[in-house]
Amino acid sequence: MKYLTTIGLEVHVQLRTRSKMFCACGTGFGAPPNTQVCPVCLGYPGAMPVMNEEAIRLTVMTGLALGCAIPAFSKFDRKSYFYPDMPKNYQISQYDCPLCDGGAVEFESGGQGRRVRMVRIHLEEDVAKNMHFPSFSGVDFNRAGVPLMEIVTQPDMGSPEEAMDFLLALKQTLSYLGVSDCNLEEGNVRCDVNCSVRPDGQEELGTKTEIKNLNTFKGVFHALRHELDRQVDVLESGGRVTQETRRWDADQGVTYSMRSKEDAHDYRYFPEPDLMPVELDAATVGEWRAAIPELPGARRARLTAEYGIPGYAAGVIAADRAVADYFEAAARASKNAKAVSNWVMTEMLRLLGERGMTIGNARVTPGALARLVSLVDSGVVSSTAAKDVFAAMFESGGDPDALVREKGLAQVSDASEIEAIVDRAMEENPKSVADFMQGKSAAAKFLVGQVMRLSRGKANPKLVNEILERKLGAE
Amino acid sequence: MNREAFQCLDLRSAAAGVVSGDFTSRELVEAMLAGIIERDPAIRAFVHVDADDALRQADAADARRGPGGGRLNGVPVAVKDVLNVAGQPCGCASRILEGYRAPYDATAVARLRREGAVVVGRTNMDEFAMGSTTENSVHGPTLNPWNHGRVPGGSSGGSAAAVASREALAALGSDTGGSVRQPASFCGCVGLKPSYGRISRYGLTAYASSLDQIGPLTTNVRDAALLLNIMSGRDPLDSTSVPDPAPCADDGWAAAGLKGMKLGLPREYFGAGLDPEVAWAVRAAADACAALGAELVEVALPHTEYAIAAYYIIATAEASANLARFDGVRYGRRADGASDPYDLYTRTRAEGFGAEVKRRIILGTYVLSSGYYEAYYRSAQKVRTLIRRDFERAFGQCDAMLAPVAPTAAYRLGETTDDPLKMYLGDILTVTANLAGICGLSVPCGLTDDGLPVGLQVLGPFLGEERVLRVGAAYETARGPFPEPHGGAA
Ligand SMILES: [Zn+2]
Repeated sequence: MKYLTTIGLEVHVQLRTRSKMFCACGTGFGAPPNTQVCPVCLGYPGAMPVMNEEAIRLTVMTGLALGCAIPAFSKFDRKSYFYPDMPKNYQISQYDCPLCDGGAVEFESGGQGRRVRMVRIHLEEDVAKNMHFPSFSGVDFNRAGVPLMEIVTQPDMGSPEEAMDFLLALKQTLSYLGVSDCNLEEGNVRCDVNCSVRPDGQEELGTKTEIKNLNTFKGVFHALRHELDRQVDVLESGGRVTQETRRWDADQGVTYSMRSKEDAHDYRYFPEPDLMPVELDAATVGEWRAAIPELPGARRARLTAEYGIPGYAAGVIAADRAVADYFEAAARASKNAKAVSNWVMTEMLRLLGERGMTIGNARVTPGALARLVSLVDSGVVSSTAAKDVFAAMFESGGDPDALVREKGLAQVSDASEIEAIVDRAMEENPKSVADFMQGKSAAAKFLVGQVMRLSRGKANPKLVNEILERKLGAE
Repeated sequence: MNREAFQCLDLRSAAAGVVSGDFTSRELVEAMLAGIIERDPAIRAFVHVDADDALRQADAADARRGPGGGRLNGVPVAVKDVLNVAGQPCGCASRILEGYRAPYDATAVARLRREGAVVVGRTNMDEFAMGSTTENSVHGPTLNPWNHGRVPGGSSGGSAAAVASREALAALGSDTGGSVRQPASFCGCVGLKPSYGRISRYGLTAYASSLDQIGPLTTNVRDAALLLNIMSGRDPLDSTSVPDPAPCADDGWAAAGLKGMKLGLPREYFGAGLDPEVAWAVRAAADACAALGAELVEVALPHTEYAIAAYYIIATAEASANLARFDGVRYGRRADGASDPYDLYTRTRAEGFGAEVKRRIILGTYVLSSGYYEAYYRSAQKVRTLIRRDFERAFGQCDAMLAPVAPTAAYRLGETTDDPLKMYLGDILTVTANLAGICGLSVPCGLTDDGLPVGLQVLGPFLGEERVLRVGAAYETARGPFPEPHGGAA
């Protein structure tokens, strides 16, 4: 039987704010345990939360970028449950009046345009980190109280692949907005997924399960694939899927049951009395809306239209706002945007990837790249030699003209100079010349290679071909 | 100056004496400490007195003596065990906070210190401010200085008893449902519950966040006004604090009388269940106000009968979350022998909390539970709105209201321990001000035949402290000096 899949996501995103959500503690990653703490984020008696306005702004900006409605009234609530990573044993979150309602993410998946609707976006505080040692456990509260934005989607995704593409598109948008570093290694983005399967033709959705706390996109993909297979197996063998919360074990590659619906938490939400409701006036929201930058989809379209580069290249370049900024700076300084896009997509991204760097600390300036492209186009350097120049600039910066001079990489386009090298190559390889005479055209290629070798790659290949052809024809 | 003279100073005279050099802060603090040593064993108002620390603070105050030293420079005050004072324990009269020392000053305390005040000791209370008798304390009960067989009221019973017995010139309490006004009434001192948000709650260990207010307990109304003025005003650390500080007591207040003022007598506050002696004392006080020029009018607060139910639902709901943090993980007492986190919570909380606290946490957890939220918590919020509107309407007809503080004078020790409902019902006349967020003052207005003090409650609208304090000051002046407690056995 064929089965249909339904997937919904809850994405928790750590916001990029200097201080925590309700206190002045810093949010830096990797500090020694319990060094970014105070009475507020440790839940000391008498300590009270104070709202971080920047967290509100970043959340609302995200909502505006995703087309959410921004209600004029929003409030915070206490969500109660006991766990050692919760300093107060309640989390300040938002229950029935979130900052953002509705909205959607549009993206491409499997070559098709998709649209995943949002339920809501709300703001809450992150919890601490439990750490287990051989004889005891500890809690690091550095992360406790860091602002966390929770994006809840409708169950609009039909496959793990689509969920993955959604997450990548969402991550691109969040990065463009600058609301989060979206650093997966540092746990900036964490997902809860829920999914169900139903036989093709059945209207009603199947029973869903939830998998909590997936902190890589790959984890989301594999956990979903495994869990959906498991649900199909259960149905195929005549069983019924239980509504429950499961956990993904990445090492074993399986999900296992954490708790069933029956022992689900009763969070006993009620309005947080220590905080005033958030009332946003239209002028403030308008100001924030005006500050939203061009988003990835729009930029992709514009790069194609404005610079005439192929859609694929525009997609790769627009995926990262800084890369796109770099490309545009270089393309504007150049007459050959397509060549610039090729350099960015291939050499630049490859080298950055190899070194684990971002384009922000690349030493090749956009101007230098534009100049290098023009050196190739005007025949001053061969494209092979240009790669050496690029690599040199990537290592230590510098000006392409100077590097070409220093390294003696300028292309030889002087016909008499090339003629002399061709003569030398023919003298040194009489057998190849003879082979050519007997009709073995491949021998010509060999001779071209010899000329290039003798010229240390600097001979203009077009001239080499012309001269060699002429000389062989005269033999 | 002899010791008794020190102990009878009001705050302004005490501060003026230090400034002028009539005496040093050290002499003043030593006199207060001597009073504590002499009288506190009989009433047990204090749970923590660090004499060396108090004298160090006094010496520091003496060192900065002069006009710039602050309005309370060198003046000792006591604080309820629920307020955080850096370096001091803050046990909230609970076993669960054993060993906890506060790492910071509550804003109210910091503001008193900024004016030079000396924090002389910490006073007893009902555990986590839950109770009306100061019997629910890990330290045992505080006794009423007027009669050692009676309770001092609660939950700020230690502060009220300390001020009434002149062991402290003034003390801070907290009032969630009457916890400053009722003990003031039971002990014959002045107690002010400011409007919600008037004094920052930062550093006040929370019982019910939407109802809690810090309030001063003093020997006279002007001292209460001074402390309010110093502690009030916007605090960036408490988002619910209101911007402007409350006005300071004016010397003309008492002299101006009450001419042109309309004082309301809420009909529902003089109904069945009110002890006739209490009713008589309060009516006599109202007549005294009329003699000062006030016009008395009857007003109605028709939703009063629902107040107790609404109060105990909202307060316990908030408490169930506020007290969740006491789990033995980060501070305070941790139970031994736990096998996992949940076992740790269960043991720590079972051993650490007293019966009344457990009762309220369970009640609060219940009313917030899924399926019950609408019936209890939501309904209670609706009642709260109705009560607020009652007051708004009534304050359209009068400037302030006069009422009893509690239906009776001080209970006998143990009288309500087996019948918590009786204790809850005794809060009927005070919880409404907390539900509505308005201000209220308790001023001693008489003694029962048994020689127990009775308080007059002056209620004012939200941020109407000036009116309430004016009425209190004018009445207090007309009343003349209130008798001193004589102590004695039951
Ligand atoms: Zn903090």
